[in-house]
Amino acid sequence: MANSQGKALDRKKLLGDPIMVMTIVVLITFLTLFILYPLAILLVDSFVGDGSFGISVFQRIFKIATFKKAIGNTLKIGMVVGFLSTMIGLLFAYVEVYVKMGKFAGGLFKTISLLPVVSPPFVLSLSMIMLFGKAGIITRFLLKIYDNSVYGYWGIVIVQTLTFFPVCYMMLKGLLKNIDPSLEEAARDMGASRMKVFMSVTLPLLLPGLGNAFLVTFIESIADFANPMIIGGSYDTLATTIYLQITGAYDKAGAAAMAVVLLCITMAMFAVQKYYLEAKTSATLTGKASRARMLIEDKSVRLPLTILCSMVAMFVILMYICVPIGACFPTWGFKFFPLTGKWFKLIFTRYKGFKAFKDSFILSLIAAPITALLSMIISYLVVKRKFRGKGFIELVSMLAMAVPGTVLGVGYIRGYAGGIFHTGFLQGLYGTGTILVIVFIVRSLPTGTRSGISALRQIDKSIEESAYDMGANSFKVFTTVTLPLIKDSFLSGFVTSFVRSITAISAVILLVTPKFLLITVQINEFAEKGSYGLACAFATLLIIVTFGSVLLMNFITARLGTSKKIKED
Amino acid sequence: MAKEKKGVRLEHISKIYQDPKTGKDFYAVKDTDLVIEPGSFVTLLGPSGCGKTTTLRMIAGFESPDEGEIYLGDEAINALTPDKRDTAMVFQSYALLPHYNVFDNVAYGLKLRKVPKDEIKERVTKILKLVELEGMEGRMTNQLSGGQQQRVALARALVIEPSVLLFDEPLSNLDAKLRVTMRTEIRRIQQEVGITAVYVTHDQSEAMALSDNIIVMSNGQVEQMGTPQEIYYHPKNEFVADFIGEANFLPGEYLNEPGRTIVLRPEAATLADEGGIKCKVILSCFMGSYQNYHVMVDDHLVKLQEYNPKNKKIYNVGDECCLVFEKENIHLL
Repeated sequence: MANSQGKALDRKKLLGDPIMVMTIVVLITFLTLFILYPLAILLVDSFVGDGSFGISVFQRIFKIATFKKAIGNTLKIGMVVGFLSTMIGLLFAYVEVYVKMGKFAGGLFKTISLLPVVSPPFVLSLSMIMLFGKAGIITRFLLKIYDNSVYGYWGIVIVQTLTFFPVCYMMLKGLLKNIDPSLEEAARDMGASRMKVFMSVTLPLLLPGLGNAFLVTFIESIADFANPMIIGGSYDTLATTIYLQITGAYDKAGAAAMAVVLLCITMAMFAVQKYYLEAKTSATLTGKASRARMLIEDKSVRLPLTILCSMVAMFVILMYICVPIGACFPTWGFKFFPLTGKWFKLIFTRYKGFKAFKDSFILSLIAAPITALLSMIISYLVVKRKFRGKGFIELVSMLAMAVPGTVLGVGYIRGYAGGIFHTGFLQGLYGTGTILVIVFIVRSLPTGTRSGISALRQIDKSIEESAYDMGANSFKVFTTVTLPLIKDSFLSGFVTSFVRSITAISAVILLVTPKFLLITVQINEFAEKGSYGLACAFATLLIIVTFGSVLLMNFITARLGTSKKIKED
Repeated sequence: MAKEKKGVRLEHISKIYQDPKTGKDFYAVKDTDLVIEPGSFVTLLGPSGCGKTTTLRMIAGFESPDEGEIYLGDEAINALTPDKRDTAMVFQSYALLPHYNVFDNVAYGLKLRKVPKDEIKERVTKILKLVELEGMEGRMTNQLSGGQQQRVALARALVIEPSVLLFDEPLSNLDAKLRVTMRTEIRRIQQEVGITAVYVTHDQSEAMALSDNIIVMSNGQVEQMGTPQEIYYHPKNEFVADFIGEANFLPGEYLNEPGRTIVLRPEAATLADEGGIKCKVILSCFMGSYQNYHVMVDDHLVKLQEYNPKNKKIYNVGDECCLVFEKENIHLL
C-alpha cells in the first residue's frame, strides 16, 4: 500500500509554513553542533587518543584504582539521593496540593522549598561544613564533638538531597494538580481510606512522574561537580575525577574516556527510565476544565504532614541563614564575634567581585530567555506536530539530559579548542562569552524541555486543533494557545534556566577563560583554598541576586498571570 | 448568512495507517466517494473504528488523504492546512481554550481574521444569543456545564461563518436527556443558519434525528448512503439493517429464488392466534409503550415490539401462536 500521497501532502502543508521550516532547521543545526558533535568527538578521542585506534585508553583508565572506586561511589550516591529527593519532593508537593494550610504557613512553606532552587549548590556544602564540620558550630561548640567529619559520603548525600528535592517537588506538584479530583473522590466514595486512595489512585497515576523525578535527580546528582568538590573530601565521584584528570594530570584522552564512561552510565539509566516511563502512560487529562480539589482539613492528616514538612524546611532555612552569617565571622571556626563586613569589602576591593557579578549576570540573562523559548518550541514540536526530523530533535534534546556538565565541558574543549574537527572552523568560538552562553543553554535545555513536554502532554490535542481549525497558523497557535497554556512552565523554565546558569559550574569551570570571571568559579576557588569567609561572602551576594531575580520574576508573573477580562470599550 | 453555500465532495479517498503493534499498514478509509450537498446535514454513522472520524479529520485538514482528492465547493483542498480551510469543527471534548472566557473563545476566530472590534462584539453577541448563552460572556469555561461548554464550542464554530460545519461526536460527553435537547438545538441552528454540516456519530438515533442524509460506514468503507427513511426501510445489507434500528433476519425464498434474507423490523409484525407462521413465545415483557416479545420460529429467534399493548391480547411465555406481518412491511436482501 502506498501512503506516499498522504506523506507528500503533509510535507507540502509543512513547507507552506516557512516559520515552522526555519525553526526546525535552526533547531536541528543547534542540537547537532552543540550536543551531538561534542559527544561524538569524545568518542573519537577516547578510541584514538593514544595514537592508534583501539581500546588502549580505556584499558589504561580502568587500571587507575581511584577511577574504579569513583564509579561505585557515584552510582551509590545517585541512587540514594534520587530516592530521598523524590520522596521529600512528593511529601512537599502532596502537602501543598492536597492539604489545607494556613496562608502564612503556605507562603512560608513555598518560599522555603524554593530556596534551594535559587541558590548555588555549594552553598549547602559550605553551611554543612560550618554547622557540622570539625570546627562546626553545632558539632564542636554545641555538642562538643571535636572530630566530626562531614566530608565524604553522608555529606554529599545530605547536601545533594536538600539541593535537589525542590526540583522533584516542583515537578510532582505540577502533576498532582493535573490529577482529576473526581478520580480520588470516586475511590473515597467506594469506601477507600485516605491512605488507600493515595496508594491505589494517586500514586499509580503519579508513578511515571515519580520515575521522572527520580531520573532527573539521579542524573543531577551524578553530574554534580561542586558539592563533591567541596564536601566530598577524599570521596571521589566521577565528575571530580574527570576534572582532576584534565586539570591535574593533563590527560585529555584519559579524561575523554572517563567522560565516555560517565556518559554511558547516565545514558543507561536514562534509557531504562525512559523505557519504563514510556511503558506506563502518564495520567492523561482532557481539555475539559476540571473542578477544584477539596482540601484535606482532617487534623490527623494535616498536622503530622505539616509538621514533618516544617521540620525539613526549618533545617533548610537554618542551612541558608548560616551562609550570610558565616560571611560575617571574623575568623571561620574560631572567632565568631564581633560580626564584620570585611569579607564583603575584600571581594570588591581585592578580588574583582563586581566584574564577577557582572559577567555571570549578563551571560545568564542572555541564556535564560533563549533556553525557555527553545525548550517550549521543542516541546511543542515534539508533542503536537508531525514532521521528519522530529525523532531526531526529541532524541537529542532528551539525550542532553543524560549528559553531565563535566562531560559536556570536556567535549567542548576537545571539540572547539581547535575548531570543528580540529579544522579551525568556528575556532573563534572557543574562549568567548558566546560559548559560555551556549553551554548554559544546553545545560538547562533538557529540564526546560521535559517540563514543557509534560505540561503539553496534559493538554488535549484538540484544543490546539480547534485553534488551528479556527484559522490560526502554527505560529499563532503556538503564541495564542500553546504558550499561554504552558505559561507557568515557560516562566519556570525562564527562572530555572537563569538560576541554573548563574549558579552553574561543572561545565563552565573547564571552559572559562581569564577574560570572564564567574562567581561560581570564584566561590569554588576560595572554598578549595579554605577561605570560607570569602566564599561565603560571594555566595551570600549570589543568593541575593538569584533570590531577587526570582522574586522580581514572580512579581511580573503575578501581573501577567491574571486572566484577561473582556474589554467593554 | 449571506455567504454562498458550499458542498463537500470526496473522490476515491483513502487513508492508510500503520498498526502500532504489528507495524502493518491498513486502510482506515478505503476508496470512499461522498457527495455532501450544499446546505444539507449529513451524518457519518458507524461503529468505532469504521473510519468516520478519520474522514471528518481529512475534511478538516488534520489528516492528509493517501489517495484521492477532497473538494470544498469546486476547490480541491488536499494541500490546504486546517487554518486555510473554510471549515469549522466542533470537538468531542469541546476543546475550548481554557485561558479565555466565553467571549474571547467565541471571538478567537474573528480576531484571527482581523475583524474590527465593534463587529466582533456584535457578531459574538448575536451568536451567543442564537445558542442561548446571553449574559455568559465573562464566564471562564470551567464555570460552565457540559451543555453550556458545547454551546460555546458551537458558537465559536458558527461565528466565523464557515462554508462547512464539522461535528466530531459532539454530544457523547453529555447525559442522555441533554443529548436529546442539544441535538434538537443543533438541528434548529443548522437549519436557521442554512449551513452545510457533516456530523460524526455512532449513535443511530442521533443520526436519524439530525440528518438529511446518513452515510453508514464500516471497515473504512461506505455501506450505504441515503435519507433516514431509505436507510431504515431499505437497508442494502445485513450490516446496515442491524446497525440502524433492530432487525430480525429470516431465511427466505422470493419468487422461487432461494437464499434470500428477509429483514423484519420488530414493530413490523404482530402476534395472533392464527393466520401466520407458527411460533412459540419465550419472552414477554411489558415496557410501557410496547410489549416486548421474543418468539421462536423453528430455530430462529425473532424479536417483536407490540405497541399499545393495553388494547391487545398479551401472550405469555410458552404460548404457541402465530407471527403475522404484511408483505409491504418486510424488506428483502
